[in-house]
Amino acid sequence: MTREEVVKKINQILIEEFEIEEAVIDPTGNIIETLGIDSLDLVDLVVLIEKNFGFKVVNEEMGGIKNLNDFYDYVTARAK
Amino acid sequence: MISGKNMNRVVITGMGIYSCIGKNVDEVKQSLYDGKSGIGIDPERKEIGFRSSLTGIVERPDLKGVLPRRMRIGLAEQGEYAYVATEEALKMADIDMDYLEKNEVGILYGNDSSAKAVIESVDIVREKKDTTLIGSGSIFQGMNSTVTMNLAVIYKLKGINCTVSGACASGSHAIGLGYFLIKNGLQSMIICGGAQEVNAYSMGSFDALSAFSLLESSPHEASRPFDKTRDGLVPSGGAATIIIESYESAVRRGANIIAELIGYGFSSNGEHISVPNVDGPVRSLRMAFDDAGIDVDKIDYVNAHATSTPVGDKNEAEALAEVFGKYKPYVTSTKSQTGHECWMAGASELIYSIIMMKNSFIAPNINFTEGDESSSKLNIPNKRVSKKIDYLLSNSFGFGGTNATLIAKNFE
Repeated sequence: MTREEVVKKINQILIEEFEIEEAVIDPTGNIIETLGIDSLDLVDLVVLIEKNFGFKVVNEEMGGIKNLNDFYDYVTARAK
Repeated sequence: MISGKNMNRVVITGMGIYSCIGKNVDEVKQSLYDGKSGIGIDPERKEIGFRSSLTGIVERPDLKGVLPRRMRIGLAEQGEYAYVATEEALKMADIDMDYLEKNEVGILYGNDSSAKAVIESVDIVREKKDTTLIGSGSIFQGMNSTVTMNLAVIYKLKGINCTVSGACASGSHAIGLGYFLIKNGLQSMIICGGAQEVNAYSMGSFDALSAFSLLESSPHEASRPFDKTRDGLVPSGGAATIIIESYESAVRRGANIIAELIGYGFSSNGEHISVPNVDGPVRSLRMAFDDAGIDVDKIDYVNAHATSTPVGDKNEAEALAEVFGKYKPYVTSTKSQTGHECWMAGASELIYSIIMMKNSFIAPNINFTEGDESSSKLNIPNKRVSKKIDYLLSNSFGFGGTNATLIAKNFE
C-alpha cells in the first residue's frame, strides 16, 4: 500500500466510523486533541486498523506517534 | 422515609413502546384495537437448528445520525429499542434534557440477557486469540445492565440507576420497585421499563426446552393463550418505557397524568425452576390488592401473564379464579398478539393495558376458541370489547418462580 492510499483509507475510517468532520482532520495536529477522540475510541482504532490493514497495532510502538502524519507513516510501514 | 398514610401517590405521565405490533403508542393502539398479530417466521432459526422459527417480527431502528457514535456503539439491540421507547415516553411526559440535567431523575429497567454481544465477543476471541480486537462497545452491550448504563449516560440521569433481572417478570418488578421508591419519598421521578432482544441466538437455549409453539404453518395463530389447543409460547421483544413520578411532582410540573399506580405485589414460588404453580401467583395477587387497598371486584380488566404454554396458562387461570372468586373480570393475554416479550413483557403489557383503559376497549384474546377446564373458569373475550376501565391489573411471572402483579387506576 502506498502512503497516499494509507492516508486516504485512514481518513475514510475517521470520517465514516468515527464520524469526524473532514475539515477537522489536521495531519500535523495532536491525534487525540485534534480529532476529539478518547481512550475508548483508540480501542476501536486498533480493531479497525487490523481489519483494514491486516496488522495489529502494538501499544508500545505508539509512544513516538504525536500526530496523524506519524500515524500514517507507522501504518504505511506495517500495512500488509 | 415517609410512612403510612403520608406516602406519596405514584402517577404515570409518559409512555413509549417499540414492539412487534407497533413502533409507538398510536401504532400499538391501532393494532390492539384490530387484534393484529405481530408474529412471523425467522428463516435463520431453522438454519441454525431451532425447533421453532416463530418469533415476533421487530425491525431495528437506525440511530445513525440520531445519537453520536459513542452513545450508539454501547447500545445492544434491546438498548436501541429502549432508547426509541424512552424518547417517546419523555416527550409524552414533557420532559426535556434541561429538566433531566437539573433534577434527580432515576432509571430502573428490566432486562435479563444480552446474548448477542457476548456471543460475538467470544467468537472474536476464539478466532483471533486476542481480546484487544473485540472493540470498545462489546462490554457495554453485553452486560445485563446494558440498557440502564447507556440510557443513564444518554439522558444524563442523576438518580437511581440499575437494572432489574427477574426473568419474564423483570419489567414488572422494575416498575414495582420504582413505584416503591417514589411512594416512600426516595425519588420523585424514575424512567421505568423493560427491554428484550429478539435476535435468534438469544433464544436458542429457550427453544432447547421445547417451550415454543410449533405452529409454523400459521404464525398469526401460533400464540393462543388459554386456548385448549395451545402448544407453547412464541418469543418476541422490543422495549417499553413509562415515566413514573410522585403526584406532587406531576402537579408541580403541570404534567398530564395518564394513570396512577396503586398496587404492587410480588412473591416467589419456592418450587420448580421452570414449572409455575398456583400458590405463588395467588400470594402476589393478594399482596397487590392489599397494597392497593381495593376489593377484587373493582378490577375491570386483567392482563394475564399467560404465555400460551400448557401448564403456565392453566396455573394462572386457577390462581385468578381463586383470587377473584365469583367475580369474573375480563381477562386477556395480549401475548396472543405480541408473543412473549419476556424481560420486557411486564412493562409493555402495563402500557397495552393503559392504552386500552384510556380508549375504553379491551383487545381481543385472539386465537382463543375453546378453554380448558381451568381457563373456562375465566371471562376471556376473543372479540374486542367496548368497556370503560377504571382499574386494571397486570400479572408477570418468570423462571425461578418469580411473580409480580401491578394494579393501576385511571386518572381523568
